[in-house]
Amino acid sequence: MLAFAVRRLLVSIPVFIVSTFLVFLLVTWGADPLAQLKAKNPPPSQAVINAMANTLYINHSIPARYGHWFSQLFFHGNWGPSIQSGIAIGQLLGTSLELTARLVILAMILAVILAIISGVISATRQYSKTDYTITLIGFLFLSLPVFWFAILLKQLVVNMNNSLNWYFISTYGANTPGLSGWSAFSDAVGHLILPTIVLAMSSYASWSRFQRASMLDVLGSDYMRLARAKGLSRTRVMVKHGLRTALIPLTTQVALDTAAILGGAVLTENVFGWQGMGTMLVTGINAGDFNTVLAWLTVAAIIVILFNLIADLLYGVLDPRIRNA
Amino acid sequence: MTQSATATDTVLSVRDLTVDFPTGDGVVHAVRGVSYELRSGEVLGIVGESGSGKSVTSMAVMGLLPKTARIAGSVRFRDEELLGLTDKEMTRVRGSKIAMIFQDPMTSLNPVYKIGYQLAEAVLAHNDVSRQTARRRAVELLDLVNIPQPDKRVDQYPHEFSGGMRQRVVIAIAMANDPDVIIADEPTTALDVTVQAQVLESLRAAQRETGAAMVLITHDLGVVAGQADRVLVMYAGKPVEIGTVEDIYYNPRMPYTLGLLGSLPRLDKREQERLTPIQGGPPSLVNLPPGCPFTPRCPLAQEICQTREPDLEPVDGSGFTAAGLRIHLSACHFKEQVARQDPADLFTATATDATLPAEFGAAPGAVEIVDNNNGTEDEIR
Amino acid sequence: MHDLPTEDNQSTGNITPSAGPVEREFTVQARTQFQLIFRRFLQHKLAVISVFVLVAIVLLAFVGGALWHYKYTDITPDNSVPPSGTHPFGTDNLGYDEFARVLRGTQRSLEIAFTVAILATVVGTIWGAIAGFYRGIVDSVMMRIVDLVLTIPIIAAGALLGHHFQSAGWSALALVIAGLSWPAVSRIVRGQTLSLREKEYVEAARALGAKDSRIIFRHILPNVIGQVIVVVTILVALAILTESALSYLGFGVQAPDTSLGTLISAAQTALQGGQWWLFYFPGIFIILICLSVNFIGDGLRDAFDPSQQRVRA
Repeated sequence: MLAFAVRRLLVSIPVFIVSTFLVFLLVTWGADPLAQLKAKNPPPSQAVINAMANTLYINHSIPARYGHWFSQLFFHGNWGPSIQSGIAIGQLLGTSLELTARLVILAMILAVILAIISGVISATRQYSKTDYTITLIGFLFLSLPVFWFAILLKQLVVNMNNSLNWYFISTYGANTPGLSGWSAFSDAVGHLILPTIVLAMSSYASWSRFQRASMLDVLGSDYMRLARAKGLSRTRVMVKHGLRTALIPLTTQVALDTAAILGGAVLTENVFGWQGMGTMLVTGINAGDFNTVLAWLTVAAIIVILFNLIADLLYGVLDPRIRNA
Repeated sequence: MTQSATATDTVLSVRDLTVDFPTGDGVVHAVRGVSYELRSGEVLGIVGESGSGKSVTSMAVMGLLPKTARIAGSVRFRDEELLGLTDKEMTRVRGSKIAMIFQDPMTSLNPVYKIGYQLAEAVLAHNDVSRQTARRRAVELLDLVNIPQPDKRVDQYPHEFSGGMRQRVVIAIAMANDPDVIIADEPTTALDVTVQAQVLESLRAAQRETGAAMVLITHDLGVVAGQADRVLVMYAGKPVEIGTVEDIYYNPRMPYTLGLLGSLPRLDKREQERLTPIQGGPPSLVNLPPGCPFTPRCPLAQEICQTREPDLEPVDGSGFTAAGLRIHLSACHFKEQVARQDPADLFTATATDATLPAEFGAAPGAVEIVDNNNGTEDEIR
Repeated sequence: MHDLPTEDNQSTGNITPSAGPVEREFTVQARTQFQLIFRRFLQHKLAVISVFVLVAIVLLAFVGGALWHYKYTDITPDNSVPPSGTHPFGTDNLGYDEFARVLRGTQRSLEIAFTVAILATVVGTIWGAIAGFYRGIVDSVMMRIVDLVLTIPIIAAGALLGHHFQSAGWSALALVIAGLSWPAVSRIVRGQTLSLREKEYVEAARALGAKDSRIIFRHILPNVIGQVIVVVTILVALAILTESALSYLGFGVQAPDTSLGTLISAAQTALQGGQWWLFYFPGIFIILICLSVNFIGDGLRDAFDPSQQRVRA
């Protein structure tokens, strides 16, 4: 098992490095850090432009730039200068990531739990009214644009809050500044409720259908039949033999969807005004802030690869057949 | 209450069992009236081709059919009626009084749990013992089915076992709680012939150890010959002949049985003799025409066969049970004519069921091979 | 996953005495199969309804938009008017007719979505089929590239490139989204190809001397096409959602052109002000398009492979 884990870890590292190069190419292509500067009125002098170009290490070949950035980051911990004033990328990453992590992890947990429950119910009561209802709800959430749903929910809750005069469920921002201790915590929770629900919903929809299909596969399997033939109770067979095996494909699916969830987080944060990774990205792109966008995509790649690694390991724990693979 | 157990005690009594499945195409009459008695310690072989209803019968006994199945008749284990029991009540019976072995060993065991766990689970389900005791019993069981190094193997996973070994594990699970009846549903069908012998040996061991009666379901007459005391031949959801092994093999009284025997390769027949397969395939169980279902394929078919389905009736000259009933029964209007016939005389030694190139059968489900039943080439639709 | 042997249904085979010429040509079989698929699709009430809904929306967007007496750029004297006879979807605070704008937005979004779906499907299918068919090192390299592209969130890369190409028109946006969506297709097609390669009928065909090309075209491809068509429908839905998300953020379709996402973005403050019509109509259109496309995809999936247990939604 340990050997398996180590092997997986070692494979991830070169994948990550190549990924950073790919991302570097992408950002070099897509972000022009000098655009904003050049578009200023009155236009700055060539010397000013050159100075900026030097700070950003732009006037070199791409491999050289990549090497510079890579060594700066991984040997000196330096994310590079941002062209947006007053921004230290490393620090910005820290605060943004902390906020987004709260949202994403909670949303994933919520989505997984709901997906498992509805997938199991749907599969065990196949073709019943419950099954149809759950499936239709799933289809609805699959077809719902995240940002539209977010805006809708926000407006509904604003109306509800105003009429009930109860403002626990917050509709804007990640927290109220100046609080500490328990009130800070409950304040954070209040701010988390809506974005978490929104972000969880689209993942829930696809995972629940997936879990249903996976569950149906397992329910028809021979070992389920043998388990029942042994005289085990229905519940035990369902949980120990059915669910346990049916959960395995879901772990891979969740990991594969990590990138998509990050995308959803960008939208959700935008609607609810969170100063998380989403805002960092959008502002960075709009400003053509090369290093910020690069930092964002690098961190995103780390997260995705990390989650894939966790899923691989979890798969190895859950399914002994692949441990020697 | 129950009489004292004697060697001829009836352990399982199936009476007029019928199973229907409502489907989109109509009601499938999978089992159309099966009756048999299983006595303590005996082996009853149930023989038939795919679709004859032999597996469904056993699943009905175990109560493992899907909820949509409509079951009627009677299944009595000793004095207890099993049909109509709730699932909870059936879990008491399954695995401890009646155990079952399934066909495909590669998929019968849960791949994520150790072998020992799956064995112990069977023990713990019906006995209030400690985990260690259950584990010890697991090792013991593995040893009984001749798994080498059972104490090491007990901690391994199914994928570390070969097919034959897995099936033996399944047999071990079946005997874990000393059941009175073991139902083996095609236990060797998915295995190589060389491995079959090992598995059959394990089945015999299981029977010896537990003293259980066994229902051995198979389409392989060779397997039945070596293992069974009595044989029940099924066709199109109904038994068509029942008798001792000698009765069936040496004095078959139903053309289907005769045909089955004729299609069996035998070492003691002359080399030059060709096999005589039964042409055609089993009928649809949705819209069964009246009369004997074997009529389209039967060389002795007459008009009466098309109008009246024959009942199981005693064969003259056969033996009697302790209760005075004939052992050998056959469902054929012309059972006397079948007597002492050679399969080659009744069935022609040609195989006009053309095996078409797989190319034309490329998309599964889209093509039906239709047999014209008159010796001409088959159609593809 | 496609060859589930079910223990409980034991009836096999059919003997139906009938006459008729022996038809051996594969083409006859292919036609029959299409009819089978079509008939199975028709059993899906929701899928069939969705076809009509989708066609209606497409017609409305492309034809209706042209016929409607207001254009999406027309400024009318009615500002912030709720839905009425002259303005079925109301107007916004500048006096634009919302109905014209929604139709235009739908048209734009549909154009992009269909382009994305076709491009991504073609590229992804070829990529996945090659990887799955040749396996080995070719497969490894090709799928590692796919994995790499998939580590980047589509919204992020889409935003970056969309911002970069914002002056280049909607086809550039479609290319960007397609360029990020094809990997998912290739994974599915590769999986299918891998399993189809091993089917017994492929082996049997080979044993009978069938050439490689015959095997690919007569056996593998027809069975892959089913999945691919289903994937196309999924992609259309995904593309609409992605494009509208990007447009919402400002990185997608740019003014003066409009898409459903842009409309929603503009409607945010209007909603707070009580002008619900600016917000709901574009959203409902997105939902309707995605729902119908998803239902059609579900129906197609069942039509092509009825052995999979699916809810007849």
